[in-house]
Amino acid sequence: MIRAFGYTIKQAFVQLFRNKNMSTASVFSITAMMLILGLFFMLVVNVNLLASSAEDQFDSIEVYLLDEVTQEKAEEMLEEIEDFDGVARAYYMSKDDAMEEMKSRWGENAYLLDGLVDNPFPASIIITATDLSVEGDIVDQLEGMEGIEDIKYYQEMVGKILSITNYIQTGALILIGILIIVSIVVVSNTIKLTVHARAQEINIMKYVGATNWFIRGPFLVEGIIIGILSSVISAGIVGFAYYQFVESFQQRLLILFSSGMVPFEFIMINLIIIFVAIGISIGALGSILSMRRFLDT
Amino acid sequence: MIEFKNVTKMYGSNVGVENIDITIEKGEFVFLVGPSGAGKSTFIKLMLKEIEADEGTITVADREVTSLSNRLVPQHRRNIGIVFQDFRLLPKKTVFENVAFAMEILHAPRKVIKKQVPLMLSLVGISSKANQYPHQLSAGEQQRVAIARAIVNNPPVLIADEPTGNLDPDTAEEIMNILQTINNRGTTIVMVTHAKDIVDRMGKRVVAINKGKIVRDAEGAYREDD
Repeated sequence: MIRAFGYTIKQAFVQLFRNKNMSTASVFSITAMMLILGLFFMLVVNVNLLASSAEDQFDSIEVYLLDEVTQEKAEEMLEEIEDFDGVARAYYMSKDDAMEEMKSRWGENAYLLDGLVDNPFPASIIITATDLSVEGDIVDQLEGMEGIEDIKYYQEMVGKILSITNYIQTGALILIGILIIVSIVVVSNTIKLTVHARAQEINIMKYVGATNWFIRGPFLVEGIIIGILSSVISAGIVGFAYYQFVESFQQRLLILFSSGMVPFEFIMINLIIIFVAIGISIGALGSILSMRRFLDT
Repeated sequence: MIEFKNVTKMYGSNVGVENIDITIEKGEFVFLVGPSGAGKSTFIKLMLKEIEADEGTITVADREVTSLSNRLVPQHRRNIGIVFQDFRLLPKKTVFENVAFAMEILHAPRKVIKKQVPLMLSLVGISSKANQYPHQLSAGEQQRVAIARAIVNNPPVLIADEPTGNLDPDTAEEIMNILQTINNRGTTIVMVTHAKDIVDRMGKRVVAINKGKIVRDAEGAYREDD
């Protein structure tokens, strides 16, 4: 068993080196494929993060109250709202609370607000819906109430973001699928060349009574090595590029989207796992496919 | 050792072999003769289970080949050594490696290989060339290596498919002597050939095939009408 394993590994490396050019060529093409794949992977992961943070941030309905509404009246409204279908949580924010929050958001520039004579911020009730889709229904019910100055909610915008991210994800998945198939074809062609170069040897092996798996073994390992090599190279390149990108754009993106990017470590770990898994599958499948016809008899 | 019972193999509407019935006993040396396309190759391929019979049963070394599952074909082939007209040695391996290769495939331990291979090389009389490559050898020497490879795992049956077809008469005779030696050790040999002089000289059982049928099965000589 161990002897057979040793033979298989040794043969695989011998074949790889004997077909240096072809092996290198297929490592390059699969690496190129995986780079594109990695690009989509990062895009999808980040778009996902963006979508879920958009959902988190904009899943609330802000109900601004008229100044004439007293705190007692507001508390009554709050109780009523809490009974609406689809309301997960709701709380009251007084004019003073609103001022405080604005001050904390403005940070260093908060002193500018001190100059105001009247507090311009309205009191409000902030509602969190159980689900984005019910926001419309909640707003419909709110519109029948008195003492409301304005209602702000983002259902449409968030809905749009989500549907765009959906398209991006589906598109990326289809592309990834195509890339994987192309990679399998590339590997299977490389292996086919090795197989043809060794047709006589395989023929003799069959006559002497070697089992199909014994014959297939070295080619299988050869394909897997090509796959792993490509995946490590491309994971390295994609990881490095992503690291650079995060370093230089993270700050700006934080201001724009306030969600930032998926951390480098998370991307890297997943990238390596996914790439190596795909690399092994591509290599294995490619070589098995290329040998199928050969081992028929 | 080898038994064909009512075996028929068709290629579309062309006859490969038809209703073949033959028994070859253990230790026999049999010549298979006949014109090109008579069915000799089909006969050999059926034995090796390279192709499937349409009808009938084939038994080789107590194993029924016709009902054998594909998984067991490699096991079956280990019972049959085979030598070809064109030697089929691996050009990038030395003589020793070419023979050892057949043992490595069966996961033989290094130690056993190192003992068995020189034994076979001396049996076929080529010990001195163990470290040379096939292209450095004469045709006769290459065929010796091929024979050593075919018998290194001690198969009970040896098929020789026109083993002297590419050799001059003297060399051919040497090869025949080696085959006779192997036969004397108890190996059953089936040899396909067109070489009338060899068949006549050896005086063995001759099975003549024509148009897929056995037309003659007798001790002795090659006849022109075969």
